[in-house]
Amino acid sequence: MPIDYLPILVFFVVAGLFGVIALTVPALLGPHRPSSTKLETYESGKIPYGDAWRKVPVHYFKVSMLFILFDLEVIFFYPWAVLFRRLKLFGLIEMGVFILILLVGYIYVWKKGALEWE
Amino acid sequence: MDAIVLWLTSLFPQMAVPTARLIVHIVYAAILSFVAPVVLVVAFTYMERKVIARIQDRVGPNRAGPLGMLQGFADAIKMLTKEDITPAGADRIVYNLAPGLAVIGVVLVFAVLPVAPGVIGTDLSIGILYVVAVGGIGTMAVLMAGWSSNNKYALLSAFRVVAQLVAYEIPMVIAIIIVVLTAGSMRMGDIIAAQNVPFLFTLPVAFFIFFVANIAEIGRSPFDLLEAESEIIAGFHVEYSGMKFAFFFIGEYMHLFVSAGIATTLFLGGWRGPGASEASILGALLGFVYFLAKTVLLIFAMMWVRGTFPRFRIDHLLDFGWKFLVPVGLLTLVAVALVLKLPFLSSPVLQWVGLLVANVAVIVVALAAVSLAARRTRSVALRSVAGAER
Repeated sequence: MPIDYLPILVFFVVAGLFGVIALTVPALLGPHRPSSTKLETYESGKIPYGDAWRKVPVHYFKVSMLFILFDLEVIFFYPWAVLFRRLKLFGLIEMGVFILILLVGYIYVWKKGALEWE
Repeated sequence: MDAIVLWLTSLFPQMAVPTARLIVHIVYAAILSFVAPVVLVVAFTYMERKVIARIQDRVGPNRAGPLGMLQGFADAIKMLTKEDITPAGADRIVYNLAPGLAVIGVVLVFAVLPVAPGVIGTDLSIGILYVVAVGGIGTMAVLMAGWSSNNKYALLSAFRVVAQLVAYEIPMVIAIIIVVLTAGSMRMGDIIAAQNVPFLFTLPVAFFIFFVANIAEIGRSPFDLLEAESEIIAGFHVEYSGMKFAFFFIGEYMHLFVSAGIATTLFLGGWRGPGASEASILGALLGFVYFLAKTVLLIFAMMWVRGTFPRFRIDHLLDFGWKFLVPVGLLTLVAVALVLKLPFLSSPVLQWVGLLVANVAVIVVALAAVSLAARRTRSVALRSVAGAER
């Protein structure tokens, strides 16, 4: 029922209120004396060399791609798990086939070395 | 909750039931988002510092107040009065939004956490799925903080966080699905009701996977690569000061509590215990005490882990998630599904025994596979050493 989700909206609004109050009040309470050294990026005392927003080799790219694939497949388990008792033997066999297909992809990914760190 | 609504309407006869319910919800949300952060953070930082100190043969905080108990309040006041700095190169909007999101993401999980019999924000029919979905907000907050700071260390940390949280989300979801499968529902109330025997005893493998993945999701040691002090300074929050830094801190400790609470609900039977019931106020209070005791026990276990394990290396961390937890989780899922369908295990007691046996079998298989793989790596390494000597 949609009314069940009303408390979540209440939580969101109240928590947001807490965020706004708790972040603005201390900002007004504390001292405010900016200086160019203070506002500089802190990189262990070294003078920052260029911007951080540059092209970097992302080692984690493949991992995130795999995550999207696996997460989508795992989502299919939820309705199956809830209805498992009602699905009788059919549900078991059907999911066995699904997991088998998932497993083939998983083994392929592993053998291809996509899970290795370079 | 319903009892309070009834009491309110009897107190103010002209008040309609929906209004009373809304007021109760607002008060409940206000308690959890205004009072809980302060209480939880002060209590658990104190507990953590004392526990870690014991493990490391120190005393821990002992200056502020009796036994150092006021240390947390002293820290909070210090944080409140610190200067608020936005570094010159930062992306202002995202930079200021991130700490707020870090806390909101955790508070939203509270909405479906059953803390006592009948006391829950809303018992959604997709409760546990909602927890996983909202958990993503925390990841977003960390990524936003790391990116907007315009600091190379922060950015590196943000990348690590995404790789880590993403790698451990899948085993966690599989562990959750094993519970949903056994309970037959995603509703928190139903999951608790299904645990005549806590799932910790029938599904120990699922509990182990959930527990480990949870530590990784919070980013605590030994999975604290996102803030590995010796490598990337403080990680994603290196540029944050004062209350904004405190917000990440609050977020982390609330996340600690909430995830231990979810683990309690899923595996330890939630508020269940002798005498706990929805019928009376005493029963509800007793349920709350049971819930708190179990949650604090789990938090203590997490602190124990933090005190005794060294930090993982990033490739080991990803390997452990992808190559150990995921296959073990899938194996357990299949085993549990098979046991639940076996016709001769129709009585509940037999089913519990069957589940336990299946889980033990999975543990044996997993350990055998690991030791086999380790032996193979060792022999390869030995051979290469021998070859180099020759």
